[in-house]
Amino acid sequence: MTALLEIRNLQAEIAGRKILDGLDLTVNAGEVHAIMGPNGAGKSTLSYVLAGKPGYEVTGGEVLFKGEDLLAMPPDERAAKGVFLAFQYPLEIPGVATMTFLRAALNAQRRKRGEEELSSPDLVKRVRETAKNLGIDAEMLRRPLNVGFSGGEKKRNETMQMALLEPLLCVLDETDSGLDIDALKIVANGVNQLRSKERGMIVITHYQRLLDYIVPDIVHVLSAGRIVRTGGKELALELESTGYAQYQSEAA
Amino acid sequence: MAAVQETVDRVRSIDVEQYKYGFVTEIESDKAPKGLSEDTVRFISAKKSEPAWMLEWRLEAYRRWLTMTEPGWARVEYPKIDYQDLYYYSAPKPKKQVSSLDEIDPEILKTYEKLGIPLREVAMLEGVEPRPGEADTAKRKIAVDAVFDSVSVATTFKEELMKAGVIFMPISEAIREHPDLVKKYLGSVVPTSDNFFATLNSAVFSDGSFVYVPPGVRCPMELSTYFRINERNTGQFERTLIIADKGAYVSYLEGCTAPQRDENQLHAAVVELVALDDAEIKYSTVQNWYPGNSEGVGGIYNFVTKRGDCRGANSKISWTQVETGSAITWKYPSCILRGDNSRGEFYSIAISNGYQQVDSGTKMIHLGRNTTSRIISKGIAAGKSQNTYRGLVTAHRKATGARNFTACDSLLIGDQCGAHTVPYVEAKNSSALFEHEATTSKISEDVLFYCIQRGLSQEEAVGLVVNGFVKDVLQQLPMEFAVEAQKLISISLEGSVG
Ligand SMILES: Nc1ncnc2c1ncn2[C@@H]1O[C@H](COP(=O)(O)OP(=O)(O)OP(=O)(O)O)[C@@H](O)[C@H]1O
Ligand SMILES: [Mg+2]
Repeated sequence: MTALLEIRNLQAEIAGRKILDGLDLTVNAGEVHAIMGPNGAGKSTLSYVLAGKPGYEVTGGEVLFKGEDLLAMPPDERAAKGVFLAFQYPLEIPGVATMTFLRAALNAQRRKRGEEELSSPDLVKRVRETAKNLGIDAEMLRRPLNVGFSGGEKKRNETMQMALLEPLLCVLDETDSGLDIDALKIVANGVNQLRSKERGMIVITHYQRLLDYIVPDIVHVLSAGRIVRTGGKELALELESTGYAQYQSEAA
Repeated sequence: MAAVQETVDRVRSIDVEQYKYGFVTEIESDKAPKGLSEDTVRFISAKKSEPAWMLEWRLEAYRRWLTMTEPGWARVEYPKIDYQDLYYYSAPKPKKQVSSLDEIDPEILKTYEKLGIPLREVAMLEGVEPRPGEADTAKRKIAVDAVFDSVSVATTFKEELMKAGVIFMPISEAIREHPDLVKKYLGSVVPTSDNFFATLNSAVFSDGSFVYVPPGVRCPMELSTYFRINERNTGQFERTLIIADKGAYVSYLEGCTAPQRDENQLHAAVVELVALDDAEIKYSTVQNWYPGNSEGVGGIYNFVTKRGDCRGANSKISWTQVETGSAITWKYPSCILRGDNSRGEFYSIAISNGYQQVDSGTKMIHLGRNTTSRIISKGIAAGKSQNTYRGLVTAHRKATGARNFTACDSLLIGDQCGAHTVPYVEAKNSSALFEHEATTSKISEDVLFYCIQRGLSQEEAVGLVVNGFVKDVLQQLPMEFAVEAQKLISISLEGSVG
């Protein structure tokens, strides 16, 4: 069976500086992988390379998404094919109501997949339901996207977008940071509802706490641009007490 | 003169025809000879069957114009215009006829589709003829009606306006039918001597609209609705005069989101608004003249003088403009706040792409007491374009308690364009309070990528972000146009990135 995502010996640079250095990772449909690792290790870089952010130059290796060459696809096509990135720092778009943004995104993806656009009433209904499930106030949908949202509200909003767009590969970059304990449960619950046979997830986090709620199948340590250790969910607990010192010295 | 007289008679008979059928009939173009002289002015006046006083008015303007020089202070560059090498009059001429929508440039059709303009309207705007074999007149009329049932709609509107006592007609008709009103107000806001282009317009204006709303009357419809259906060739020297008498209200929309082409490169319109006590005029413009090709060749020069006079106490004039077209835009819709407690507003979106040059803004001239004004300007520069906001806010000695708020925001797309802000502020009354805010920013690559990660194409992302940037101004437009304008904004920025 083809893996949902297969990364082989990925090398990537930003501004001429090598950040990813021989990264291997395979995610099968239905699996949840957690990636942990020290600041600056290249976790966000990995997520951006998968999403196709300009400025991130792939200098080696390959990435297959359902057997297709992901790196050859323009970023909007990757999104339409089901790659979703919940940003570590979600962006603000002044003057664009959250609902307007969601409509634009959802319909842009549907058009690219040759599907019918959603009618306004259908769309509004779906958005409202999804928002409610994540404890997002309907009033917030009228506000410009992420403008003046608290850190936690932004992260909830990312989760809502993910739930609406129903991607196949979800990459969550520190979605837990900035969430209070109640919000963490709500967001984790939202993410858990998205777990399914067809869908794979990469959850980037610094905290074991999130993994109490979103229980991963596999945990990886990313250090100095490559996966240096892989284990089960108990690896997260171990890291909690040992830290990353051993991996950093190994990588250095 | 005989030839002229003959043409005049022909034009008259055509006018009657037009009236009978209520839609613009095809007539062959007849142009005045090239160049500008007293004879040209007389020719135009004769064509319009104008009374002697109107001809005199034009001639006076013409003589004044001879003594003036073209202004050079705007931040726009263009080859010197040879005023003797232009045509100053050509009878309204329908677009080149085509027999079906299939013959229209697919690019243009695509634009209409994106704007969401229904095909039957496209057929009208692009002048589609009935299929061969249906070419006889009776059938043709049916075809036209089938393509667009504007005739009955227009008639209903006309009746409704008449009932309310609103006068709304071409200014050429108003000169003949309501000479007292025209004499009283024409040139009372923009005098014939005002500036080079306005003076030229006064001498040779082709046609335009005249609106008079009597005291206490709220115009029963957005004049936009009517206009959209009826507008055809308004000509290169458009002249518009709108008067809201005491306590009256009118909202007027000029222009069209549909792409506008014209053989005449130079356009110099004049618009005058007069608001008496407690009256309000809302004037909205959507301008989408041909901007020239991708190398910057061709395109309309749009040198416009628009001014509103808040002549009465508590009157209000509000300008809203969406400027996306033209190779060169030179345009400063202004308000003279003469009446005490009067209010002027200017809401502007000016988009430039390719090699377009925009120098636009407003003047708020506070003369009366407790007058207020508000300026919200959004400039978007992309491609290799230059986009300048030029604004003047003044308070005269007697303008006690004058207030102004100005916010000028510029957004740059790419790194080969320029945005400039040139505000002038003068207060001769120490109680005046003027606030000015200005920002210039580049469209954020990170924000664009965020949108693209959600599935939007690069162009859709730019369109969305820019529409957010201009939202405060879009909200000022009449509803039905706001939606189209929003699409137009996205379209005008196509090809601006990547
Ligand atoms: N635009 C850039 N130019 C130069 N260096 C960059 C740029 N963006 C990121 N980097 C560097 O790349 C390295 C990896 O950054 P990345 O954001 O991927 O780390 P991370 O593992 O996500 O860290 P954190 O846990 O703090 O989020 C860092 O050293 C960072 O400074
Ligand atoms: Mg990171």
